[in-house]
Amino acid sequence: MSRKFLSGNEAFAEGIRLARPEVISAYPITPQTIVVERLSEMVEDGSLKAEYVHVESEHSALSCAIGASAAGARAFTATSSQGLLYMAECLYYAAGGRFPIVMMNADRSTALPWNIYGDQRDSLSQLDSGWIQAYAENAQEALDLALMSYRIAEDKRVSTPYMANLDGFVLTHTYETVEIPERSQADKFLPPYETDNRIDFDNPKNMAFSAGPDTNYIFKYKAHKGLLAAAEVIKETENDFAEIFGRKYTGLTENYLTDDADYIIVTLGSIAGLCRETADKLREQGVKAGVVRIRYMRPFPNDEIAEALKNARAYAVLEKDVSFGNEGTVFTNVNSALKKSGAEVKGYDFIGGLGGRNISAGDIEGIYRSIAEGTDIVNFIGIGGGENG
Amino acid sequence: MRPHIREKKDFSFSEVPENTSFEAGYLVTVNSGWRSIRPEVNSEKCIGCEQCYLYCPDGVIAIRDGKAVIDYDFCKGCGICAKICRIGAIGMEAERK
Repeated sequence: MSRKFLSGNEAFAEGIRLARPEVISAYPITPQTIVVERLSEMVEDGSLKAEYVHVESEHSALSCAIGASAAGARAFTATSSQGLLYMAECLYYAAGGRFPIVMMNADRSTALPWNIYGDQRDSLSQLDSGWIQAYAENAQEALDLALMSYRIAEDKRVSTPYMANLDGFVLTHTYETVEIPERSQADKFLPPYETDNRIDFDNPKNMAFSAGPDTNYIFKYKAHKGLLAAAEVIKETENDFAEIFGRKYTGLTENYLTDDADYIIVTLGSIAGLCRETADKLREQGVKAGVVRIRYMRPFPNDEIAEALKNARAYAVLEKDVSFGNEGTVFTNVNSALKKSGAEVKGYDFIGGLGGRNISAGDIEGIYRSIAEGTDIVNFIGIGGGENG
Repeated sequence: MRPHIREKKDFSFSEVPENTSFEAGYLVTVNSGWRSIRPEVNSEKCIGCEQCYLYCPDGVIAIRDGKAVIDYDFCKGCGICAKICRIGAIGMEAERK
């Protein structure tokens, strides 16, 4: 094990180097560019033996990765924002074909107005595409997700592509000390990719075919079950990871002081750290505050969220997205989890950070205080609230 | 040779593969029901020039023993083969008379 001072993008690239992808398709877009730049340097200096393909668009980047995966190769690509939207068609192909590609997405605002800064509207708009969706909080987690992602995606029970999301700039471009696992240990953790879902001259098959109304729904159901099965595989993978590398992760969610909390913020990504600090501060003042960090949006942690929130007086979802005409998508998902569990807890939605707008400690303290008093259901930080914001 | 459609079998839940890879010819849908007119090759006239084979947008024409042969399971009846045939060896006939 060694230590390096790395940005989120660089940490993710280190994790990918350890995962030994055989094909990398790359099209740069801010703030993702550095991850594919670092990988190109690794291929150039020979420390990563991969076919590095410069493609002409994001649509081609993911198409190339699908082709590589269909040839039996471990494939990687990365994108962000408009690039993710441009490859949206291919997201569904990858998921429906059950190709366990790993993609890093640098969470970034979507146009118009044009903006390069971080929010999560890009990836959250693709929740229904059939990909596993993870949200990293810091650079170490980014590296560890990169290494774990292939184990999870390639597991025969799952066979589903994996999108690892890093908050644009806040995580992709900030530097932290990161522990880098030894290559021999990484190889022990992650064996080479083997699959029957590939072009094979000895066993020729149709690949990526069409299926009519008589069987199509069964393919969709099986893809759904594959994604659901990821929940258990994530736990197993994290247990093995902890045994080999010593770092423990907590599955689909990470709870902080939720056991006795009256007021809980549910959030995802890099803002969770500031939420925990604010919870600490409020606890010193006698307010029982807690935080649930969603680590995986798909498969969605229904049970984990219901369990963490069931005894709270109120919760707030803090999210960097809005589904126009309704509310934040994370809020919709969290509410559904509670409804299914039968728990009745007052919930509020706080939409912030759009287009990279800062969410301050004061904003977060304000969320805890306003849900304790009762407030509008959907709130736009810096503007105000209402039934739908 | 292009794979042809296999004997129809009903795919139960467990027989449907987990992913979209399977031996060719089973999980395909015959498109011939779409057709209102069908191309008929006059083998006496056909000289096997391969123009229809080259132009067919669905790739359903093969040349066998020097003559054009049409796979009616997948021919959609567009008529391009009849248009392109310079010696008039392909005519379009009504599907339901």
